Amino acid sequence: MSEDRGAKKLRRTMLPLAVLAASALALTGCSGGTDAAAGGGGITVPDIPAATEVGDGEGEVNIVAWAGFVEDGTTNPDADWVSAFEEQTGCMVNRKVGATSDEMVQLMRTGEYDVVSASGDASLRLIAGGDVQPINTDLVPNFGNLVEGLKGQIYDTLNGKSYGVPIGRGANVLMYNTDLVPEAPDSWAATWEPDSEYAGKIMAYDSPIFIADAALYLMATQPDLGITNPYALDETQLDAAVELLEQQNGIAGEYWNDALKAVSSISSGTAALGTGWQVIVNLAQNDGGPVEAVLPKEGATGWSDTWMIHAEAKNQNCAYQWIDYASSPEVNAAIAQNFGMAPANTLACEGSEANIAHCETFHATDEEYYKNVWMWTTPVEECLDGRTDVTCTNYQQWTEAWTRVKG
Amino acid sequence: MNRQAVITPPSVRSAASDGPAARRSGALSRWLYSRPRVRLGALLVLPLAWLGVLYIGSLLLLFATAFWRVDTFTSKVQPAFTLDNFVRLATEPAYQATALRTIGISLAVTLLCAAVALPLGLYMAKVASRRVRTLLAIGIALPLWAGYLVKVYSWRISFTTGGPLDWLLRPFGLDAPGYGTGALVVTLAYLWFPFMAVPVYSALRQIPENLFEASSDLGGRSWATVRHVALPLLKPALIAGSIFTFSLSLGDYIAAQFVGGKTQVIGTVIASNINLNPPLAAAFSMVPLAVVVLYLLAARRSGALKHF
Repeated sequence: MSEDRGAKKLRRTMLPLAVLAASALALTGCSGGTDAAAGGGGITVPDIPAATEVGDGEGEVNIVAWAGFVEDGTTNPDADWVSAFEEQTGCMVNRKVGATSDEMVQLMRTGEYDVVSASGDASLRLIAGGDVQPINTDLVPNFGNLVEGLKGQIYDTLNGKSYGVPIGRGANVLMYNTDLVPEAPDSWAATWEPDSEYAGKIMAYDSPIFIADAALYLMATQPDLGITNPYALDETQLDAAVELLEQQNGIAGEYWNDALKAVSSISSGTAALGTGWQVIVNLAQNDGGPVEAVLPKEGATGWSDTWMIHAEAKNQNCAYQWIDYASSPEVNAAIAQNFGMAPANTLACEGSEANIAHCETFHATDEEYYKNVWMWTTPVEECLDGRTDVTCTNYQQWTEAWTRVKG
Repeated sequence: MNRQAVITPPSVRSAASDGPAARRSGALSRWLYSRPRVRLGALLVLPLAWLGVLYIGSLLLLFATAFWRVDTFTSKVQPAFTLDNFVRLATEPAYQATALRTIGISLAVTLLCAAVALPLGLYMAKVASRRVRTLLAIGIALPLWAGYLVKVYSWRISFTTGGPLDWLLRPFGLDAPGYGTGALVVTLAYLWFPFMAVPVYSALRQIPENLFEASSDLGGRSWATVRHVALPLLKPALIAGSIFTFSLSLGDYIAAQFVGGKTQVIGTVIASNINLNPPLAAAFSMVPLAVVVLYLLAARRSGALKHF
C-alpha cells in the first residue's frame, strides 16, 4: 500500500471519529448548564425513600469495608463473625476492603455494593451525592443500644433522617517499632520536625485527608495561625499545613494506604514510626512484630464509622440483616476489639472482663476524651468552625494540595 | 487483485444437488462472491466494532471527560466544557515534575533492560551451548508466567530493611537502598525485561556468524565488532523492545506504590485522582498517551517499525 493511499484512508476513517468526538462535546456542553443550576449552595440531599420492611434474604450481600470490619477468619483465624452470619441468614458475604474514604465513595458509586462502612468524610459525600438511602432504624433492633454520643451526628444524619448505623470510633494513633524507638513517644513532633532522629523512616497516610493531621499539629505548635478545627482551613492555614507536609516529605520514607502494606513496613523496621490504626498494630503484634501505638499529647485525627446502604442496593434485605447482625453486642464487640476502636453498642462494653477492659482502654463512653480527637469530615467552603468572614478551602483544594505535597 | 482470484466461485451444481439449506448458503456465497466489498465489510464489522467502539470509543470518552468538572463537595463528575484541568496541569509544577520524573524512570528502565539484554543475548546466541541456551531462554520467559503482584511484592520484600538485599550487602558495609526511585527502576526493569531480551536475542541469532568472522579478519576487536557490526543490525530489535519497556513503565503505578516509597509517578497521580477528581485524572492521562505517540513516531522515523 502506498503512503499516499494510506494517508487518504486514514483521513476517511478519522472523519467519523472526529464527528463523534465533536458531537459528544456538544452534548456535554448542553447538559452542563442544567446540572450546574441544580447543584448550587449548601448540602442538598436527594429524596430517597427508606425501606419499610425487611423481607427474605437475596442470598448474598456485597460490602465495602475498612480492613478488619468484615472478617471470616482468613486474615486472622481468631477473627471470624462472617461465617456465623452466613449460616444464620443464608446471605453470602462478599467483602471488598477500601483503603481510603475516597476509594470507598468511588466503589459505592459503581453500584456494585450494597453496604459500606463509611467514615464521616465519606458518609457526607455519599448522602449529598444520593448514593445511599436513609435507614429505617425500626428495622435495626440493635440501634436502640447505641452510644448516645454517636447517634444523630452531622456526618450520618441530615434533615432529621438517619443514613447510617454507627459501628464505632477511634483515633489515628502514632505507631512505632519498639526495636528502633525504644521509648514511647508522646508527641507527633518526631514525625513532623526536620531534625527528627527517625528521618527517612517515617510513614504517613496517603490521602488528602491527612492534611488535617498537619493542621492538628499546627493547632498545638503554631497557635498564631488560629486554627480551631483541622477541617476548617482558610487559604493561609492550608498553605501553612502544606508547608509542614512538604517538610515532612523530606523526612518521610513511605506513604501508605493499604493496611497490610503498613503492617509489613512497621514490623520489618522499614518504617520506625508514623500514623497508623490500632488494627495495624494488632495485626503486627499477632505476627510477633515489635510494634506499639500511643495517642500523642497534641490529640489526633480520628474517625467515626457507620454502616450505610446503597440507594439502589440489589440485596437490601441481606444488607439490613447484616447491619443488625453487626450491631449486635457480640459482633460489635468483636469488630471493635479486632480493629482497636470504641464500639458503638453500649452493651458491647458489658458481659465480660475483656469487653469492659477494651471499652476502658478506648474510652467508649468518655465524651471528654473524644473532644481531643477530630473526626474525619469533608472540608467545605462554609467553615466548619463557624467563621463567616472567610471562605474555607474545600476538599478539591485539599486534593490538589496533596499532589503538590508529594511532588 | 490476485487475492480475489484465489477464491473459486461456488459450484452451481453442488448447491443444486444438496438440500434447501445448502442451496440457500450457496445462494448467499454466490451473492457475496459478486460483491467483494460487502464480503470484506461483513468480515471486518465485528473486529472493527471492537476496535472502534470499545477501544477508541473509550479513549474518546476519556478525552471528553478531561473537559468536565467535578463537584467540589461530593467529587461527582459533572458534564461541562472547561479547560481548567489542562490549565492546572500546565501551571502546577508538581504535575510537570511528576511527568518528567516518570519519563526519566521509563528511560532508565529501558536503558537498564537494553544494557542487560545485549550481553546476555550475545552470549546466548553466539557463545552458549544449546543446553545452556535453552535453560537461559526458559529463565527469561519463566517470570512471565508468575503473577504481576507476586513479583512486585517479592521485590518489596527484597528491598525491605533486614531483607535479602540487606543481607547480601551487609558484608560490604552497605545497607539496602530501601524503597524509592532506585528500587522502582530495578523492579520495573525486572518486570519488563523479557520484552527487551526476546527481540534482542532473536535478532542476534539472525546475524550470520561470518559477519563476526569478517570483522575480526579485518582487525576489528570484540568491542569494535559489537559497536560497528552487531549494534547497527540490532537497532530495530532494540527499538521494538524499548517500545514495550518504555510504554509499560510509563503507565505502571502498582510497582510505584509498593516499592517506590514516596516516589510519585504519572500512574499514581491518576490513580489517586480517579477517586477524587476524575476529569483531572483524564486530562493527566493524555500526557503518557502523547509521550507514547511521540515515541512511536520517532521509532517510525528510525525505520524500525517497517515490518509492523
